[in-house]
Amino acid sequence: MGTREQQEKEKMAIVIVGHVDHGKSTLIGRLLVDTGSLPQGKLEQVKEECRRNAKPFEYAFLLDALKDERQQGITIDTARIFFKSKKRDYIIIDAPGHIEFLKNMVSGAARAEAALLVIDAEEGIQENSKRHGYLLSMLGIRQVAVCVNKMDLVGYRKQVFEGIEKSYRVFLNEIGLKPLAFIPLSAREGENLTESSENLPWYKGPSVLSMLDLFEKSPGIEHKPLRMPVQAVYKFTENEDTRRIIAGRVESGSLSVGDKVVFLPSNKHSVVKTIEVFNAPQPKKASAGWSTGVTLTEQIYVNRGEIMCKAGEVLPKVSSLLRTEIFWMGKTPMMLDRLYKLKIAATQVPVRLKTLERVIDASDLKKVNKKEIGRHDVAKCVLQAASPIAFDLTVDLESTGRFVIVDGYDIAGGGIIQEAIDDGQVGIRKQVAERELKWDFSVVEPAARSDRYGHLPAFVLLTGPIGMDKKGIAKELEKRLFESGAKTYFLGMGNLLRGLNADVETHRLERHEQVRRMGEVAHLFMDAGLIVVATGTHLNNAELAKLLEVTSRERVLIVNVGAGHLKKGVADLQLDPKTPVSKNVDRVLQFLRDRKIFSEESSREP
Amino acid sequence: MTHLEKLESQSVYILREAYANFKNLVMLWSIGKDSTVLLWLARKAFFGHVPFPLVHIDTSFKIPEMIQYRDRLALEWKLNMVYGRNDEALEEKRTFPAGQLTRVECCKTLKTDALVNTLSGKWPRWRMDHVTGRYVLDKNTEPYTGVIVGARADEEGSRSKERYFSPRNKESSWDVGDQPPELWNQFKTDFAPGTHIRVHPLLDWTELNIWEYIEKENIPVVPLYFDQGRGERYRSLGCYPCTFPVKSTAKNVKEIIEELKTGKFRNIAERAGRAQDAEDGGGLETLRREGYM
Repeated sequence: MGTREQQEKEKMAIVIVGHVDHGKSTLIGRLLVDTGSLPQGKLEQVKEECRRNAKPFEYAFLLDALKDERQQGITIDTARIFFKSKKRDYIIIDAPGHIEFLKNMVSGAARAEAALLVIDAEEGIQENSKRHGYLLSMLGIRQVAVCVNKMDLVGYRKQVFEGIEKSYRVFLNEIGLKPLAFIPLSAREGENLTESSENLPWYKGPSVLSMLDLFEKSPGIEHKPLRMPVQAVYKFTENEDTRRIIAGRVESGSLSVGDKVVFLPSNKHSVVKTIEVFNAPQPKKASAGWSTGVTLTEQIYVNRGEIMCKAGEVLPKVSSLLRTEIFWMGKTPMMLDRLYKLKIAATQVPVRLKTLERVIDASDLKKVNKKEIGRHDVAKCVLQAASPIAFDLTVDLESTGRFVIVDGYDIAGGGIIQEAIDDGQVGIRKQVAERELKWDFSVVEPAARSDRYGHLPAFVLLTGPIGMDKKGIAKELEKRLFESGAKTYFLGMGNLLRGLNADVETHRLERHEQVRRMGEVAHLFMDAGLIVVATGTHLNNAELAKLLEVTSRERVLIVNVGAGHLKKGVADLQLDPKTPVSKNVDRVLQFLRDRKIFSEESSREP
Repeated sequence: MTHLEKLESQSVYILREAYANFKNLVMLWSIGKDSTVLLWLARKAFFGHVPFPLVHIDTSFKIPEMIQYRDRLALEWKLNMVYGRNDEALEEKRTFPAGQLTRVECCKTLKTDALVNTLSGKWPRWRMDHVTGRYVLDKNTEPYTGVIVGARADEEGSRSKERYFSPRNKESSWDVGDQPPELWNQFKTDFAPGTHIRVHPLLDWTELNIWEYIEKENIPVVPLYFDQGRGERYRSLGCYPCTFPVKSTAKNVKEIIEELKTGKFRNIAERAGRAQDAEDGGGLETLRREGYM
């Protein structure tokens, strides 16, 4: 594998951004010509066309000509505009300069490893010079060179160049972007593009092409801590395949057979038994970049979206409160108290804007006095997720540190995480992590248990105001589940109060401890494979959050009966106390079926 | 990682995301080299399994070797193989070979219409019975709402116009001007009812990459791609009345790779042997807008 890699010429994807008409296409066209990267006869052909139509030749036309060809499917190499230096092959990604195409610019630039930011020497710094600079910094592109183009129009004067450099540096400094160079040039005249220019004797830095060659491939992320977001758990039974494969891509670090791994946020632990692959010998190791799959020694339940990490390495943070910086592309603004969806790595969670600390116009860094994040704005804000997620700070690890926001059906924003804020569950999370680390596994695997019982374990918790006959519904639910063949148990809160909780005071201050113990009991019963049904009067958001932490929130269904005082998205199901008990029970059962926890057919089997 | 390994890893990632996010997902298999590589990548992604149906649109004018090859692999790899066909048009002889339609109209009738109606479940679907090796009428008529397609950016226009996950509306049409943003490997996975999604795991691959991967993985392809001694081979496969071979003496995958690297075809479109493209003004955009793949 190594030799093949060495033989192969290095490739780098670069993006060229900047304000409209500042010369991006000319720069690309001229680079293609001067590096001899055009198909044979192309330059002559375009020049001839210009002559025939009596219009002056421009290098930007070359790009259009190539795009036309591409439309027709001709030429493999120029499909994505390649040019070559001695060092490597460059792929130029399309990134339109017009503000209307910002989402295309973002989609393109997000794939680049380095960027050239073009500024017109005559026009100077414009709105999109700044906005694109800001977005490059948010998109995590650290290798940026600023090209001050059209120097011929300002007589190659040093003062003009230095004026632009000075004020643009101030701007870039504010957003934490350190350009590797400021390069004066004239793309049209080919000055300082591939070799140094006689018209710019005062400039001692690299030409554009030598600057590109000075960019470095991002250093290997295989030496960072392991992060493998779980894309899916596969159990394909055809052809007597018995493997249960945790599939995902190693985003950073590496994993080997025998590694102790921990899944976050659930804190489940296990050991890598095999690394699975199709049509190749089974590897012993998988590193960053590889889409892979593993089997584990313990058959723990793991869900899509969790992050597989290595025990002993720096672990991701877990919280439901994040301090972030967001850029917004949505047609409607992002508003406080509306529900959105946050997608990070392979997980997604409902989220709302909790506090808006600062809205910034990305084109001048001015704070704008707004109560919402408008299209093309950038904002510093705190997000509240409906349940805790595992993540990294963007500065530490990018792939698990940045996210998108979905508004309705559309990706409308992107963001980076700057801080994990304590959401009040740090203590309990630590306790659960300890518990899971030391968990003594039964030799009867959870999957074997649920196969035998015909259903998955679950915890149905009914809450709501007093006098809603929650207990009536709960007991009827237990009965109906039992009659359908399920292993189920009604966990009476009162039974705990005077038993397990006899040492806990019953006043409000101690309610948290009572909730914790109920959670631990439910957790044990679920480990035993049961569908546990319980009630709790007026449980508030904080108490439910704690309960979810204790039970690792897996298949915990919160059912609210009567008036709702819970935050949006906390209750999985809302019941009306005026509806007959049997109808309400029907709804809970349907919910369990929809979640594929339980079905009458499989539970009845012996 | 080599460039091919990176391409493979990204395609596998996309396939798994598609499978995790969409019910009623299918993969189109044209029997050509690209969609066969795509099928192979699915087996990579799902560790030897292909957990969704493969749909082939049979125009009845496919080169016979293609159908034999399809059914052989379907049996061997235990594929959930489904095909659809515009039987009405064939009976009424509304086709180009029968002289009633232009090539582009014929493509629309036998491919686009058949595809749209097979996906929606309005027209009969034929599913392979692995016991008998024959096709039987499929009882499942639920619409397929996610379609994985082997389109590559270098054969069909600018990358910035297309996304890995690309929405289509009820009429299967495509709004080229308003594509969703796609960044950091987050794709559009939320859809209004009635819309459906096309997934393009091969967008970043080139024709050369495809052949290099076929060589690396030893993937079986239809022999029509190779010169059988007549000094010609097919570079792109389709229906025999509209597909023409190119001059080439490449007899195997290795020789095809060498041939592509010489730049022999540098100024000849990969689909130049597909006569319908020329009729469509050189681009596929008209057909694609209406749902052609």
